Amino acid sequence: MSIILDKVNFSYSQETAYKIQALKDINLKIEDGEFIGIIGHTGSGKSTLIQHLNGLVKATSGGIYFNGQDIYDEDFNMKELRSKVGLVFQYPEHQLFETTIFDDVCFGPKNLGLDKKTVELRAYEALRSVGFPEALYFQSPFDLSGGQKRRVAIAGVLAMKPEVLILDEPTAGLDPAGRDEILDLISKMHKELAITVILVSHSMEDVAKYVDRIIVMNQGSVMYDGTPKEVFRQYKYLEEVGLAAPQVTYLMHELHEKGLPVNLDATTVEEAKESILCALRNNEAKRLQ
Amino acid sequence: MSIVKTKGLVHEFIRRDEEDNVESITTALDHVDLRVEQGEFIAILGHNGSGKSTLAKHINALLEATEGTIWVDGMDVSEEENVMPVRKVAGMVFQNPDNQIIASVVEEDVAFGPENVGVPTDEIWERVEKSLKAVDMTKYRNHSPNKLSGGQKQRVAIAGVMAMEPKCIVFDEPTAMLDPSGRKEVLAAAHELNRQKGVTVILITHYMEEVVDADYVYVMEDGKIIMDGKPREIFSKVDELKAHRLDVPQVTLLADELRKSGLPIPKGILTREELADAILKCASDFRR
Ligand SMILES: Nc1ncnc2c1ncn2[C@@H]1O[C@H](COP(=O)(O)OP(=O)(O)OP(=O)(O)O)[C@@H](O)[C@H]1O
Ligand SMILES: Nc1ncnc2c1ncn2[C@@H]1O[C@H](COP(=O)(O)OP(=O)(O)OP(=O)(O)O)[C@@H](O)[C@H]1O
Ligand SMILES: [Mg+2]
Ligand SMILES: [Mg+2]
Repeated sequence: MSIILDKVNFSYSQETAYKIQALKDINLKIEDGEFIGIIGHTGSGKSTLIQHLNGLVKATSGGIYFNGQDIYDEDFNMKELRSKVGLVFQYPEHQLFETTIFDDVCFGPKNLGLDKKTVELRAYEALRSVGFPEALYFQSPFDLSGGQKRRVAIAGVLAMKPEVLILDEPTAGLDPAGRDEILDLISKMHKELAITVILVSHSMEDVAKYVDRIIVMNQGSVMYDGTPKEVFRQYKYLEEVGLAAPQVTYLMHELHEKGLPVNLDATTVEEAKESILCALRNNEAKRLQ
Repeated sequence: MSIVKTKGLVHEFIRRDEEDNVESITTALDHVDLRVEQGEFIAILGHNGSGKSTLAKHINALLEATEGTIWVDGMDVSEEENVMPVRKVAGMVFQNPDNQIIASVVEEDVAFGPENVGVPTDEIWERVEKSLKAVDMTKYRNHSPNKLSGGQKQRVAIAGVMAMEPKCIVFDEPTAMLDPSGRKEVLAAAHELNRQKGVTVILITHYMEEVVDADYVYVMEDGKIIMDGKPREIFSKVDELKAHRLDVPQVTLLADELRKSGLPIPKGILTREELADAILKCASDFRR
């Protein structure tokens, strides 16, 4: 499912003195099966942007096309779009409302019109896949710890088996192991099911490790759009807009400045390790010559 | 005198069905003994559901202990007349800022706390000014907090607690929704309050990097404190931390990986500078 945004503008409180233009002239093309990261300072428009992608928020001007179909056409099937584009909200509290956790996760697939047995199977599967403790399945979603709520909210969307999976800071509040488990799970789903994934994140490290393309938002506009290496090469400019490079990238720059010729494009621990070992080996070989 | 002290603190969440029969019991705190001295900067780590927020709520007199005692600034929290004084001593930044927003305008929201504890009007506005500035939200002072982005709300919540100038602040994952600069600024603000005003800081976080400069670290698991020590001691136990669903800062992880590949990198590296020095030393040692 390809998605095109054509000159999308959006303002909150359009008719009032407090009008805020949250999106300015956004042009984007998202291909089928991409794994995209969206980064940007707080208030840069990330959440607003992704809520356009399943029709929750309607552009003030501009067009959005799914597989070439204008989603603002009168006869466009918005319900079908919402069943294909799953969105995990930034705050799980905005998504949880049933009396038990299990019912909550059933809500999405039930809405797809699936039979009861399939719905329940999917709910079990989803809760298990996000590592949610089984003993709590039939308790209230409101009596959970922050990270537990997050897992339930993610499970609720996974249970719908969307073609496009959009996650708004899904790992905020997860413990480090949980963070890795959820991102590995999403990455695996992306590979095996060929779904499109859009990940909004404030963790430069996570984005560097998982996504193929990064969209950088700054004050409602797209500032950069490229591979992680291309984007993080601009780290000085990223810093000016509230962002940063992954931590190891800074280390690489420091080593390089002090005369060890390491790869400045390394953004993950794995890449940094390889590059440092390689640079030290070359260093040693030169000495022996 | 310790600013926070707990002895055998137990908290059970008891769930009952319609007939009032006990359905289940979750032991969120299981005999916790903790001692935080005035002026310390401590961090609490632990897996999801390990009891961190429950402990934080006890420090703010929001829950009643099932067993054991907690004292805040020497006051037994379980005594009714201590509840308000305890909340004045210990401010709290909640995990979700929505739970903390009260007024319909940002600056009133920040003023609410100090107003409530009887700070004179002139001083209230001074404090509001300063706190909004510290979190870089001055330009939103007349906005409605409900209409802010996630990270902006979080900043307002932090300003609200700072404006109360409590002796002790419990930050429950304050940076979870912040961009890298915001995260740095909030951490810097917490350290500044700690160093300059002697405010005790209790920081709950899932970001290992944020813990590096803490004086002391506690690790919780299933309601118990299972490890404690200085950041350097704690983070030298990479495998043990991972077994408890935690991690180490990225540079520490890289240092560990390099060591496992045979480089003579010392244990307990916490900062980029330390790691850079260690690697460059390897390079020059080779040369010799
Ligand atoms: N309901 C609303 N009413 C009015 N303004 C809003 C509303 N929600 C967001 N805004 C404003 O729109 C802008 C973009 O907000 P958005 O939530 O999209 O940012 P974000 O990039 O997701 O930020 P964060 O990283 O903090 O979640 C911000 O300036 C914010 O104050
Ligand atoms: N209101 C409640 N009613 C019943 N059980 C609760 C309630 N709040 C928390 N719990 C349970 O108590 C345990 C500890 O929760 P707590 O919120 O203290 O964890 P936490 O360490 O803060 O986790 P997280 O990192 O996810 O925020 C969890 O098992 C949770 O499900
Ligand atoms: Mg957002
Ligand atoms: Mg918590």
